[in-house]
Amino acid sequence: MTSEQPQPASGPDLSPSADPLLEDERGRVRRALSYGAKLLLRDKGGMIGLSLFMVVVFAAIFAPYIALHNPLQQDLTRSRQPPAWRDGGSWEYPLGTDSLGRDMFSRIVYGSRVSLTVGFLGVAIALSIGLVLGLVAGFAGGRVDNVIMGGANLFLAVPYLLIVVVVAAVVGRSLVNVVLIFGITDAPLFVRITRGEVLRIRNSGYVESAVAIGAGRARILFDHILPNLVGPLITVATFEMSAMIFYEAGLGFLGLSVPPTIPSWGNMLAAGRQYLASTPWVATYPGFAIIFTALGMNLFGDWLRDVLDPRLRRKGR
Amino acid sequence: MTGCVTCLTRACDGKEGKRLVSILEVSDLAVEFNTIEGVVHAVNGVSFSLDSRETLGIVGESGSGKSVSMMSLLRLIPEPPGRIRSGSAWFDSSKGRVDLLSLSKTKRAAVRGRDIGFVFQDPMSSLNPLMTVGEQIAESMRLHLELGDREARTRTVELLDRVGIPAAAERYGNYPHQFSGGMRQRVMIAIAIACGPKLLIADEPTTALDVTVQAQILDLVKSLRDELGLAVIWISHDLGVVAGLADRVIVMYGGLVAECASVDELYEQPRHPYTEGLLEALPRVDQDRGEELRSIEGTPPDLYTAPGACPFAPRCSYTFDRCRREVPPRYVVNNGHDTACFYDLAERRPRSE
Amino acid sequence: MSNESAVDVRPLVKVEGLKQHFPITRGVIFSRVVGAVKAVDGISFEIFRGETLGLVGESGCGKSTTGRSILQLYRPTAGSVQFDGNELTELDRDELGAIRPRIQMVFQDSYSSLNPRHSVGKIIAEPMVIDGGYARGEMNRRVAELLELVGLNPKHRARFPHEFSGGQRQRIGIARALALNPDFIVCDEPISALDVSIQAQVVNLLQRLQNELGLTYLFIAHDLSMVRHISTRVAVMYLGRVMELADNADLFNEPLHPYTQSLISAVPLPDPKAERERRPILLKGDLPSPSNPPRGCVFHTRCPLAQAVCSEEVPAYREVRPGHWAACHFVE
Repeated sequence: MTSEQPQPASGPDLSPSADPLLEDERGRVRRALSYGAKLLLRDKGGMIGLSLFMVVVFAAIFAPYIALHNPLQQDLTRSRQPPAWRDGGSWEYPLGTDSLGRDMFSRIVYGSRVSLTVGFLGVAIALSIGLVLGLVAGFAGGRVDNVIMGGANLFLAVPYLLIVVVVAAVVGRSLVNVVLIFGITDAPLFVRITRGEVLRIRNSGYVESAVAIGAGRARILFDHILPNLVGPLITVATFEMSAMIFYEAGLGFLGLSVPPTIPSWGNMLAAGRQYLASTPWVATYPGFAIIFTALGMNLFGDWLRDVLDPRLRRKGR
Repeated sequence: MTGCVTCLTRACDGKEGKRLVSILEVSDLAVEFNTIEGVVHAVNGVSFSLDSRETLGIVGESGSGKSVSMMSLLRLIPEPPGRIRSGSAWFDSSKGRVDLLSLSKTKRAAVRGRDIGFVFQDPMSSLNPLMTVGEQIAESMRLHLELGDREARTRTVELLDRVGIPAAAERYGNYPHQFSGGMRQRVMIAIAIACGPKLLIADEPTTALDVTVQAQILDLVKSLRDELGLAVIWISHDLGVVAGLADRVIVMYGGLVAECASVDELYEQPRHPYTEGLLEALPRVDQDRGEELRSIEGTPPDLYTAPGACPFAPRCSYTFDRCRREVPPRYVVNNGHDTACFYDLAERRPRSE
Repeated sequence: MSNESAVDVRPLVKVEGLKQHFPITRGVIFSRVVGAVKAVDGISFEIFRGETLGLVGESGCGKSTTGRSILQLYRPTAGSVQFDGNELTELDRDELGAIRPRIQMVFQDSYSSLNPRHSVGKIIAEPMVIDGGYARGEMNRRVAELLELVGLNPKHRARFPHEFSGGQRQRIGIARALALNPDFIVCDEPISALDVSIQAQVVNLLQRLQNELGLTYLFIAHDLSMVRHISTRVAVMYLGRVMELADNADLFNEPLHPYTQSLISAVPLPDPKAERERRPILLKGDLPSPSNPPRGCVFHTRCPLAQAVCSEEVPAYREVRPGHWAACHFVE
């Protein structure tokens, strides 16, 4: 396909081997990345958010290598040992130990796995359901739209806590249950956002001009609507992820999340609560972990929104 | 950039023979915006004066700085990202001569509502959607003129009637969305003149309106101006509207004043290549179609760099090396007529100092 | 284009009794139709090969809707639209797809009508991709050729719409419209969002392309000066109807309809001396709602000449003089 040489003299200057249409696409990604990097350097919030986010992801993936002890290893002789820099603390247990003598640092590192699993998978489920139903509702319109949106609104009206309590009581506590419940209860939000964006994009000038040059439905959906949905959906997804991490910790605190045998930040918070006055580190360090993760994701989401919206970029110079 | 601008603009008398008092003197106004991509040099040293009862037209394209310069006079630009870098704006307010740019917030608010009236392009965004239009007019009169409720109401109905709103008394209690675009603009005008201002600043007030409605509004503004003895600053991109309304015209380009002249002289003998180009680029509804319009090639400057040359140089057909090295000062070419150009359009050769 | 004798006598586009009504619905789940916005309410005109028909009117008069109905972006409520002998209103999707390459559109808002996530090269190539049957190298060459044709640098094909100025974006929209060598282009207010100095560039480009490629234009605009400059013939719309249609010079020199007269008189002139002489015919009040247009002549509520008959009888749209059509009871 690239065998044709560009026309001589009169023709535009194209290097013979390059396929400009393909180059256009590559250029697009390259430009987005370089713009993102540029924005990141200017935006301190984005920088902090990305760093915090990377730290948590890194901890979750490499937990066995980072952790100093087995997070489940009990040692009642070392119960509630203070952090290293306090009197009676040692660098063997940098953040101290909990009431059962387990290493706080290792438990927090492992706890990030629960939080991130809930966040990532919960949002992935919510996003998948929401994207499909939202696209159908926004694209089909009419009665289909009414049914889907009616269902979504009905679902939004049921408090998620109620579902959690019922499921915990009937089926039992497990990570899978938490992920499924979060994913399903959060789906209506993504349905609404997707549908709203689809309606907005469908009425945009570029979809109209695509129709005018004869584009079919599939082309409009995959070439014009979907790419423009990515930005707003990913942004919402980061915010929802931080919210889920928060809620999971809340459920853990109430004893409704993963079983107490699994180290999770919520469970640690619950376990440390009764010692808040005497040995505060048992509850505060998992608390800090939750706050920094959520903060990082929110800052990251803000930055991502700016990067993904080409309209916020000024004329390239 | 040039020292003689203030004295020079003073010479710009709009109406010959009459001795006029200047009510507004702006000198060396510079405004910039800090954006993520860098500093936008929106206004780069603008000076002009305005006499009482004079109508000054400010013409320019988007990004020429025409709106920003006038809005920044009363600090109506968002700060930050906007910042007034330099300048003064002496104004004859009802409480004496004041520099608008260094007034305190409360004093500025008093001047804004009382001595200077504003009309914007989009009346819907400047009217409160949750308040009846009558209340919005009466409110400013109660505040600035210390009128009682009943008196403010009577005056409001009179005003609504004066600006041509039919059944004014009944429409007092209507909300902005119940009015059409043209009627909303009439309400804006009523608010602007409610407290008896000396100066009316209008920022593209008829741009969003249809041509027949625009004719109605222009007619109203002209009659109000003559009746109330208002000085008017009329910002527009439409050279037709300005031709029919203004006594004197300032043409802006790239955040600088390109040319300033009385309306007749500007349209008949433009002495700046940009003005000349604009006038030749316009088709006319009262003349037969010619073969091709003269267009100004290229695009407006992006303003990310502070001007170190004539901003019009890249698009100008008379450009020579000096234009790319220096910012041209405003050369007086006639009584009350100046142009910021190194090239003498009348003599068809570069200017000698 | 200006050479009248060269104009083909068969119309390229023939619009007859075109109506485009949009239903107004109430209720969410059990929605019902409570009325209709009569955006276009029975209009007829022809567009000849190689000419530019100017379509003017104020906002809400239905001029943009007319353009979209001709392109079948909206399916007309009633009436017929013939393009080169094909009745477009009766064609299904596939048949329309076959004829689409010959009819294109240039939009007013070049900002929103270009997908912000597509490179300029992709935007201009899209009509060819949709039409199919183009080799990749062929498309690449054509894109470069088109960019050059509209006065843009072919090397900028990898850039995105937001990296261009308004005038340049409009050129991109024109290049896209030209990709498949169309016969007919609907220009929907192509210059009204642009600055004065840029308007002239785009209008000159449109005229040059018309001469070089033998294009036919429907030029929709509210700027009467520009319509006078670019059009061969001009139609004036008000509240979904054509009020007057005539040769360019006839319409502007001797407007017959009172609406056309007031419209032309309302345009400010860029000439202070002429401005002092100009006496605009001021219309009363505002534009009535197109969902509830006045009975009889739609213009009678604002017409300076209105009589009793105007509020009762719809004036016939008739050929008052050869080639000069008007819809008014009092035009002789």
